[in-house]
Amino acid sequence: MSTNVIAIEGFPGTGRLWTETLHEWVTTVDHKKLGMMYILYALVFLVIAGIEAMIIRIQLMHSHNNFVSPQVFNRMFTMHGTTMIFFVAMPILFGFANYLIPLMIGARDMAFPRLNAFSFWLTALGGFLLYFSFLGGSGLYGAGNAPDVGWWAYAPLTAKAFSPGHSSDYWTIALLVSGFGSIGTAINIIATVLCMRCPGMHLGRMPLFVWLNLVMSGMILIAVTPLSAAQIMLLVDRYLGGHFFDTQAGGSATLWMHFFWIFGHPEVYVLILPTFAFISEIVPVFSRKPIFGYPVMVGATVFIGFVSMSVWAHHMFTIGMNSYANSFFTITSMAVGIPTGIKIFNWLGTMWGGRIRFQTPMLFCVGFLFQFLIAGLTGIMLACSPFDWQLSSSYFVVAHFHYVIVGGILFALFAAFYYWYPKMTGRMLSERLGKWHFWLFVIGFHVTFDVMHIPGILGMPRRIYTYEPGRGWDTLNLIVTIGAVIQAAAILVFVWNLVSSYWKGRLAGNDPWDAWTLEWSVVSPPPAYNFATVPAVASRRPLWDLKHPEDPDSRYE
Amino acid sequence: MSALVIPLPETTRPWTLPDRGKVAMAALIIAESAIFTIFVVAYLFYMGKSLSGPAPRDVLETPVFYTVCLLSSSITIHLAGMFLERGKRETFLSLWALTFVLGGLFLFGTGQEWHRLIYDKGFTISTNLFGTTYYSLIGLHAFHLSAGLVMLLTVLLFGMAGRVGRGQSNRVAVLSLYWHFVDAVWVVVFTVVYVLGR
Amino acid sequence: MAQPATSPLSSTSIFSPTTTPARTIFGLSMFVLAITGFIFCFVASLLVYCLVKFRGCPSDAAREPAQVYGSTQIELAWTVIPVLIVIVLFMATARVIHAVQDAPKPSAALDVTVIGHQFWWEFRYPQLGIVTANEMHIPVSDPAHPTPTFLKLLSADTDHSFWVPELGGKTDLIPNRVNQMWIDPARPGIYVGQCAQYCGTQHAKMLLRVSVDRPDDFDAWVRAQRQAAVQDPKVIAGKRVFETTSCINCHAVSGTAADGRFGPDLAHLMSRRTIASGAAENTSANLRTWIRNPDAIKPGSLMPAMKLSDADLDALTAYLETLR
Repeated sequence: MSTNVIAIEGFPGTGRLWTETLHEWVTTVDHKKLGMMYILYALVFLVIAGIEAMIIRIQLMHSHNNFVSPQVFNRMFTMHGTTMIFFVAMPILFGFANYLIPLMIGARDMAFPRLNAFSFWLTALGGFLLYFSFLGGSGLYGAGNAPDVGWWAYAPLTAKAFSPGHSSDYWTIALLVSGFGSIGTAINIIATVLCMRCPGMHLGRMPLFVWLNLVMSGMILIAVTPLSAAQIMLLVDRYLGGHFFDTQAGGSATLWMHFFWIFGHPEVYVLILPTFAFISEIVPVFSRKPIFGYPVMVGATVFIGFVSMSVWAHHMFTIGMNSYANSFFTITSMAVGIPTGIKIFNWLGTMWGGRIRFQTPMLFCVGFLFQFLIAGLTGIMLACSPFDWQLSSSYFVVAHFHYVIVGGILFALFAAFYYWYPKMTGRMLSERLGKWHFWLFVIGFHVTFDVMHIPGILGMPRRIYTYEPGRGWDTLNLIVTIGAVIQAAAILVFVWNLVSSYWKGRLAGNDPWDAWTLEWSVVSPPPAYNFATVPAVASRRPLWDLKHPEDPDSRYE
Repeated sequence: MSALVIPLPETTRPWTLPDRGKVAMAALIIAESAIFTIFVVAYLFYMGKSLSGPAPRDVLETPVFYTVCLLSSSITIHLAGMFLERGKRETFLSLWALTFVLGGLFLFGTGQEWHRLIYDKGFTISTNLFGTTYYSLIGLHAFHLSAGLVMLLTVLLFGMAGRVGRGQSNRVAVLSLYWHFVDAVWVVVFTVVYVLGR
Repeated sequence: MAQPATSPLSSTSIFSPTTTPARTIFGLSMFVLAITGFIFCFVASLLVYCLVKFRGCPSDAAREPAQVYGSTQIELAWTVIPVLIVIVLFMATARVIHAVQDAPKPSAALDVTVIGHQFWWEFRYPQLGIVTANEMHIPVSDPAHPTPTFLKLLSADTDHSFWVPELGGKTDLIPNRVNQMWIDPARPGIYVGQCAQYCGTQHAKMLLRVSVDRPDDFDAWVRAQRQAAVQDPKVIAGKRVFETTSCINCHAVSGTAADGRFGPDLAHLMSRRTIASGAAENTSANLRTWIRNPDAIKPGSLMPAMKLSDADLDALTAYLETLR
């Protein structure tokens, strides 16, 4: 194995002027650079939204606290949610998709490189716009400051009458702009996957990562657009005197809810499918077995994609729909848990009979499996609408979805970082720091989010800047806050690992994990053109076939 | 260290994949359909629910002529594409220009209709629920039509400069797909607003 | 004097139900918890077993385990069993949905109209001609002869949600929409809750206080509420301040010129334990502070500071304290 490092073109240390480097990155249309830009962008906003979360937790540490005013608190939870969903989760998942899909299908770039860049900059602009709202100053209540209407921006709270000034407009326009960026990326992924696979890679031979991102992209086309439509309607109401959600003129507040959740629920599946993609690539490699039941995994994914479009009103069980509607959304919400559960069983089946290596990527995968199981089960509880009549809008729901997003998605993201960082930079992340990161984060996560279910059961609603003593919520909230501090420490360890390993990490080589998909066949980091010759494949694991010519997958597929 | 070389397996069948322009346009059309669906749903939901102000039958006039113009433009653009594929540039350009004119006529018709509604009938987007949903839905369609017209004009200008030939017929086909989509949306909007709504 | 909470942990626990809907929900919740708990134990045990049994050791590096691609029978098994579980869960759930939502309304039911405001609750009793705010009194319901309370839920501005956990699940108050829920508490006492749908700056302090009264107590309360407001000649100065400052634009006091509906009805203000929808105890000092500067108690509430002089403030407070 060679000890030469091929530096990433355009990274610091290559002896070029910094202005040249900056120009190259700003004007790039290379999917790998754009992918890394998405990821870095998301990491910056992860820290910002994390600080917003810490402010929330400090304020809620005990009853009647005065750390921040109600106005500031309401902005904090609005910005925390909006930032995490739109400017952390979506960009970081797009980043990994952008980087890996062409490599995994044997292509040289995405189908539309310039559209790729345009989509990235639209998303980036959205984030800057949202945060520019803070600079508006604190004039009249609601005027020119960060939005404080919650990340769902329910009508009629967003009407001019109840949100004067421009804070709601920052929310609306920032998300409208980045929404178009998301649609651009989705179109690009679909075109790339359907039109640019290397010879021999028919759809049944694509890595599951590619399948899951393909279905995710299809969902984005029909899930993000309803939100864009509703936001245009909101702007018509606020600026052209329209009455879409104007209850005084006969408009309907519940119409906004329907439109929002027709976006909002599929959106969380948009976030979880790429997460499943990470797990489906990493668990097999660290179990030394192929994924168990590839066709079923594909089928379950497509099924989830469709059924998840029919469950949205489980976020609206308390708005007074009739018993038939409530029953319908109960059954669909329970039904969508079935293919999801099947996936957990398939990952279990992958590990079963394997030889599991517990390096950091696998540690995070194991965390994901336990935590996603729990999150899915609390989801089943919430799907049961009468139970939801008590649990809805309480801290039980907050605990549930953070269990999915932090315990599920973020853990899988950490696994993905440790797994693919060597490919992207040519260096391994530190295993020692990785284990510190993992254990600190697991402990902090469980201290916070296991305990957080309890105030919900004890009647604590969400989105409250303070609460009454004597309801039994004080100590629990203090424990939740302590867990948050531990998680923050873990994130610092992670960031330090990312930065220090870039210069001091062990050289990775092409294939440090002994993996089987095409991205591991090229140098780390890959050259700009990805592949010197376009590969051709005969099975789902082309590198396995090369390494095991006596027993190739192509014999069995 | 060099990359692994993955050898080509023996394949007898040629490896063909769909055209990425058409796939991307199909995806865009799906996304745009979702946006229009939401506006149509809002229109249907609010039908008959305005608390005051005029109802559709009080103010709307069915735009038969302009609808015929727009739907004919789908035929002309389809023919234009066919001729371009055969390399018949002049015929292509004439049909393309005709498409542009027909689309422009429709846009003019919409503008004329809106002028009448606003200035003669005092009926605006803020009059009532019907006003809000009507102008939003028709307006959204008109916006997409305008974007289409801009692209049609661009191709027309390039064509007049002699730069559009058989080699560009794929790109022209992709743009035609968009134009057909705009027409198809109009069929739905027309049905909802002028047929069902009255 | 507040009754002790029914749950030792909290007065707002969803697991200490006192009404039929709450108890039905509780029963279903326990069933769901049992099933999901069982699923968790089963799958987690398999996971732990797998991680322990199939962990690799460094000496394994050269050998790969058997490459198994899948198994149709196993896939079928772990598809069919979850489907069955879902069917069972759904049937149990559908029964409860109908029992709660489609329950017939007995003729002896009490009607209360709840109107949500930013950031307080208005309660109207159409059958009794009573209007009050923030603290609702309803009769206890004897299971043998049920006298449930049927709530009609409306909103004057944004979305709110009525949630008193021990009395049942929450239902939202949405402008331009009429919602409905019913409760039949079996034990008298004070039950607390709060608004559960973010409605603006002071959503957190839109607290709820429901007093479930024995029949005699309830009748006494109704009688007191139906009386016209007390007209005490000793506080005429304060009454004049009330009537000449813009108080009467927002508040109502029966028998006076005040008939504003934007803020709570004050005719029987002193019959309430708290002010500002539970944000402060109803004491002389708090009342005075609230009128002088509402933001001191509930920053962002929609009551403006009236910039009254100290003398006016004292007189006004004294007047309000006569409104029993």
